[in-house]
Amino acid sequence: MMEAATATARTGPALPARAWRWLRRNALLIFAGLAVLYMLVPILVIAAFSFDSGNAQGELDFAFNAFTFEYWRNAFGNPDVNDSMIKSLQLASLSMVVSTAIGTLMALALVRHQFFGRRATNLLIILPMATPEIVIGAALLSMFITYNLDLGLTTLFIAHVMFSISFVVVIVRSRLIGFDRSIEEAAADLGSPPLTTFRTVTLPLLAPGIVAAALLAFALSIDDFVISNFNSGTTVTFPLYIFGASLRGIPIQVNVLATMLFAVTVIAIALVLWQQRRAEQMAAVRPDV
Amino acid sequence: MTGVRRRLAPYGLLGPGAIWLALFFVIPMYFMGELALREGTFTEGFRSAFEISNFSDSLSGNTEQLLRSFWYAGAATVIALLIAYPLAYAIALRAGRWKLLLLFAVIAPFFTTYLIRTIAWKTILADESPLLDVLHFLSLVPDDGRVLATSGAVIAGLTYNFLPFMILPIYASLERLDTSLIEAGKDLYASATQTFLRVTLPISMPGIVAGVLLTFIPAVGDYVNAELLGGTGTSMIGNVIQSLYLEQRNYPEAAALSFVMMAAILAVVLIYLRVAGTGAFMGEEEERR
Repeated sequence: MMEAATATARTGPALPARAWRWLRRNALLIFAGLAVLYMLVPILVIAAFSFDSGNAQGELDFAFNAFTFEYWRNAFGNPDVNDSMIKSLQLASLSMVVSTAIGTLMALALVRHQFFGRRATNLLIILPMATPEIVIGAALLSMFITYNLDLGLTTLFIAHVMFSISFVVVIVRSRLIGFDRSIEEAAADLGSPPLTTFRTVTLPLLAPGIVAAALLAFALSIDDFVISNFNSGTTVTFPLYIFGASLRGIPIQVNVLATMLFAVTVIAIALVLWQQRRAEQMAAVRPDV
Repeated sequence: MTGVRRRLAPYGLLGPGAIWLALFFVIPMYFMGELALREGTFTEGFRSAFEISNFSDSLSGNTEQLLRSFWYAGAATVIALLIAYPLAYAIALRAGRWKLLLLFAVIAPFFTTYLIRTIAWKTILADESPLLDVLHFLSLVPDDGRVLATSGAVIAGLTYNFLPFMILPIYASLERLDTSLIEAGKDLYASATQTFLRVTLPISMPGIVAGVLLTFIPAVGDYVNAELLGGTGTSMIGNVIQSLYLEQRNYPEAAALSFVMMAAILAVVLIYLRVAGTGAFMGEEEERR
């Protein structure tokens, strides 16, 4: 350490020039590091404030008061927060299953088949992604009030599946495009009926894409505020609860649950990636023809 | 028989998804249009009419918010592009074995709720926050000045929240870049700048186009950032639509204003695509391969 310091000291006037060179050579990576830090700062703030004691009511007051584990020990101590979280988890699971199933079928049709109306279908899938959420929410609400439908979990479910489908299609489609069809043909040559081939060959190979799509559908649903705000009626999901609370005072438990949710998602994704890598390694072992 | 089945198969696969999108995305737009032409009040009920004037009325009171939305969204898009491009480039071409981890960091914000992230920014930009002390010290913000509740805070929030939508498409396009092309450029004595302008930039153009649209369009319609980070005088068109629908229950004007906003977005997007070129956004290139 000392030696290094004296060595650089000895080079004297060259040092600024060398530092400048080093900076220039690594500017891109330094910038990337700072940008990534910027992306992560709010997450760190959320996690940090889950250890905050909050104000007298145990609510966030935008300043760090004192360090405490209290809200982690008592993570499920606020019934309103819990109820909204349970609603959100139910809704997200249901919407994930349905949108992933429907979207996967659509992706199969788009990549595997030539048919009339393909361009129109592509447009139908892209438009919802290119429409501001507020317009999707407002349009759905317009239809629901025209028919005097009761707003609640059903209308939320309809809306969440709707905006998830497009993302599922896009992800599964990208997996299907790189798909080696000769494996399926081999199965067919060996006398496997189409449905069996689909179940035993196509589906397992598509699995990583489908799982990724399902995760995204889940994340989109549990995160959605704008569209839900229009079509929820009196039903309160987690984001809707937070919005309401942001006007009154946000219980620290919200930060605790958000941090937990983040940790669980990160672990789930790490597992998927690990599984995917293992599958690829196993595929690589397969003898070459 | 099999021929007919084969020809009908894609429609069977598409069916559920296409019907869901038609029923809950396309048809609601019709109902919103119909609502936009009605007259009356919430208490008396809305009668079917052909009030074209709803459109001009909705615009006349809210031009300021509409223009502000475009200015905020435009500024956020430009800043996001300036951050996203070098970052995506570093991840795609320089990150080596850190690639997966960096990509993960980029999408990590998606795993915490949008609202909580925005509230975290509220904490960071709050008057009591350490960041403000630093900004005051550096005289970047006048001593009595604040960041929260200004245009800057809203633009910063929009930039942050939509940044991943800018990074991912650019990353995807750079990822496919054949690095031997860059080497070829060097071999032919092109300077680094020339190589970038002639080889790298054109190849990543589809990613930029997609990223700009995916950032700009939702940002124009956003109202969460203006609601949580803004103050008086920073409300965007989304805030107006939201309030007209859910608080004032003036459905005709709300619906009309939604259409005005969409038309304005569409006009800007079409001009942009004219300049930047289409195709990239439709995902058709990939399927044709």
